[in-house]
Amino acid sequence: MAEAQTLPDTFPKYLLRNAEMFGTRPAMRHKDRGIWQSWTWSQQRDEIRDFATGLAGLGLKHGDKVAIIGANRPKLYWAVCAVQSLGGVPVPVYADAVADELAYVVSHADVRFAVVQDQEQVDKLNSFADRLTSLRAVIYDEPRGLVDYDKRALHDFEDVQEMGRRAQMADRQAATRWEEAIRNGSGEDVSIMLYTSGTTGRSKGVMLKAKNAVKAAQDTVTFDRLTEKDSVLAYLPLAWVGDHYLNYAQGYVAGFCMACPESGQTVAQDLRELAPTFYFAPPRVFEGLLTSITIRMEDAGKFKQRIYRHYIEVARKYGEAILEGRSVPASARASYAIGEILVYGPLKNVLGLSNIRVAYTAGEAIGSDLFSFFRALGVNLKQLYGQTEAFLYVTCQKDGEVRSDTVGPPAPNVDIRISDDGEVQFRSPGMFSGYYLEEEKTAETMTPDGYVKTGDAGFFDTDGQLKIIDRAKDVGKLSSGALFAPKYLENMLKFFPNIKEAVAFGDGREFATAFINIDLQAVGNWAERNNIAYASYQELAGHPLVYEMIAQNVEDTNRRLSAEPMMAAAQVRRFLILHKELDADDGELTRTQKVRRAFVADRYAPLIEALYDGSDVRFVETEVTYEDGRKGRISANVKIVDAPVFGAAQPVREAAE
Amino acid sequence: MNAHPDHHIIVAPDDDGIARGETLMEVKNVSLAFGGVKAITDISFDVRKGEIRAIIGPNGAGKTSMLNVINGFYTPQVGTITFRGQERRAMKPHHAVRQGIARTFQNVALFKGMSTLDNIMAGRSVLMKRSIGWQMLWHGPALAEEIEHREKVEEIIDFLEIEHIRRTPVGKLPYGLQKRVELGRALAMEPSLLLLDEPMAGMNLEEKEDMSRFILDVNQQRGTTIALIEHDMGVVMDLSDRVVVLDYGKKIADGPPDEVKNNQAVIDAYLGVPH
Repeated sequence: MAEAQTLPDTFPKYLLRNAEMFGTRPAMRHKDRGIWQSWTWSQQRDEIRDFATGLAGLGLKHGDKVAIIGANRPKLYWAVCAVQSLGGVPVPVYADAVADELAYVVSHADVRFAVVQDQEQVDKLNSFADRLTSLRAVIYDEPRGLVDYDKRALHDFEDVQEMGRRAQMADRQAATRWEEAIRNGSGEDVSIMLYTSGTTGRSKGVMLKAKNAVKAAQDTVTFDRLTEKDSVLAYLPLAWVGDHYLNYAQGYVAGFCMACPESGQTVAQDLRELAPTFYFAPPRVFEGLLTSITIRMEDAGKFKQRIYRHYIEVARKYGEAILEGRSVPASARASYAIGEILVYGPLKNVLGLSNIRVAYTAGEAIGSDLFSFFRALGVNLKQLYGQTEAFLYVTCQKDGEVRSDTVGPPAPNVDIRISDDGEVQFRSPGMFSGYYLEEEKTAETMTPDGYVKTGDAGFFDTDGQLKIIDRAKDVGKLSSGALFAPKYLENMLKFFPNIKEAVAFGDGREFATAFINIDLQAVGNWAERNNIAYASYQELAGHPLVYEMIAQNVEDTNRRLSAEPMMAAAQVRRFLILHKELDADDGELTRTQKVRRAFVADRYAPLIEALYDGSDVRFVETEVTYEDGRKGRISANVKIVDAPVFGAAQPVREAAE
Repeated sequence: MNAHPDHHIIVAPDDDGIARGETLMEVKNVSLAFGGVKAITDISFDVRKGEIRAIIGPNGAGKTSMLNVINGFYTPQVGTITFRGQERRAMKPHHAVRQGIARTFQNVALFKGMSTLDNIMAGRSVLMKRSIGWQMLWHGPALAEEIEHREKVEEIIDFLEIEHIRRTPVGKLPYGLQKRVELGRALAMEPSLLLLDEPMAGMNLEEKEDMSRFILDVNQQRGTTIALIEHDMGVVMDLSDRVVVLDYGKKIADGPPDEVKNNQAVIDAYLGVPH
């Protein structure tokens, strides 16, 4: 415990500690002009000190907010620490935010200084200059295009550092005083303010206190045994809690090296060159990787294809068991070892995953096949569940206890409970201290006894792992009172490659039903292989064999659901395949390709009626918008099909008979 | 410190002793004919150091011919061209290159099978001093020279934001990017006059915006003088300092964009008033 009390409680304190302990170890890398540049912890401390002293010279005071806007660049990360070292509050903003959004955050947070990447961000700030009354100065990293700009309130990052160096030359005590101020810094200060992306309404500034942020990072660093020997590639948006937590916070606490890619478009290449030990990517990135592997293997020669298929099958059977250290027959182990040399090793090398010790995915549901594929190759991929309000981690999976359909048990020192209406609530070391200037919203998010409401519905599985099923407000009940979580059903259906989109209905109804959109590419391929001619999406969607195939998928889904006590009642009893693809142009999807369930329900009301009144077929006509904006109408007779339902206990009874 | 300075800007060679704003090149009474076809008739204009000079005109006005004359590809029957104070009549394109004139082409002329990096490196070859023997050995002084040139090329790659295609064969790249690589190759020669033949041709709006920004940046940051031919009037008016308008091989206007825009002869030429 004595040791715990001496642990630093702010990130700048960690900077000083790391510069002492790991002075010659790399702290930061950045690929520039085609070559990896690196800075050791002591060099990084000097860079940060020079910038901080310069900033102080520009008038930065304790408590001032500083916007950080741009891509993952060493200088922007240094700015974060420099601001913290002066008691200021960094406010990272999404670099791709449009000028209006950017202006909202900058003015809402009363930002006094902004450290930005380039001309683009300077222009965005300038275009709202009249609204940003508290903004005193802007500091930029890349001078390109800024030659002719008014330089009175605009500074080059390196010039600010130079100012700092000059100040230190003039006053020999300046550097010591800076370190002294860091040592006297309080963990009670706000360490960072992260604006939530705000899917509903304006984004809110989540304030995180230094001691909480540090504590959270300490816990997960211990949990995943991260050390100064680890490395990461920081490629996710700077303003996202995940980047700040996984790369910055954990990096400072563990003392490992963070690398910044050459540009947003070179990430895959940079990843391959670096081969980091810790990696995070959302499920769609893994999906993209798998797709590109599959496509490239289809182009490979027959012999290579056979080797690939054989060893991937070996990996599928034994890979996860070997990864988790379970017992595996010696012959399988030998076969896996050959596979490692012939397939898995080279594959991981190409993907930059050779050295991965810990990899996480989060953000949305991940298909079990996809998840298992990477684990079978020997990539220790795990899931976590988190929120900005928790400073990321709420739950995370332990090595060896990993499943694709859960997000794991509570993270260390995190206390989770499920409210009476099924909402996940937590108390954690990294918990936020409130939304900036929005006490009302803070109060709405907190329970009277100090838990944070996540807004997500979930439950604990029998082995103590949390399962997130949907946004709490979307979860309904069947008329029998059983839980109905549409997104959970839809995700399960969508994991089948033939199903592109699904919309589940059932709130307040007797049973659950679904609309299904087939995946034109997958089903089209299948049709081609089976000599099924079709002229349009509509024709393919209505094909009896396609219906048969989808019915099989629905049946499998129901069988899986029946094994889950909470979900068994919400099996899909009837479904139909929509005659057209759901489309954002028709308002059926959002621009980010999420189904607008209420809108779809309204638009296809006759079809929903048919799902519940027992009819086999229903005529429907809808207006569609073509890509060039013209309107048209398409009509179809849509078939409705019953799907078998499984009783929760049925498989057991069958086995007994 | 192993971090090398992030922002050194290469400035075009300044050994010609010509100050910014003074005449870099002067075209005087130039006429060019192919047999009976008069491509250019008695044209005079100048290019001042540090400016962006546009040459515009409807199809067949003689723009590309003019560029080819400047470039030394055609020799005019009448008239003179003075570049950096030196008058010349007949000249080969490689002489133009040695004098510090680089160009891009209306239809991209890159080495399709070579990577972006190699294409831009090719632009440096004119500045490489080692003999072919050394180059083949690729050792000692030749290697040192290669590294030095590679550094300059990397600066250009960074400048044009084409890091992600450094190793991609240019034949595989979309058109807009090929145009950017071609600009990179021209920049690699560190020209004192850069000729751009329709840099925006065939580009979509976004690519045009990017290209405009690069042209402005090249001009501002590297101080390169630019003469460009362009069809897109909007682009020309936004980018250039002064505009020459050609029609049927003759000069019909010359001046700042605003003045040229309101010139009746120019409006007529573009709207197609019968001659």
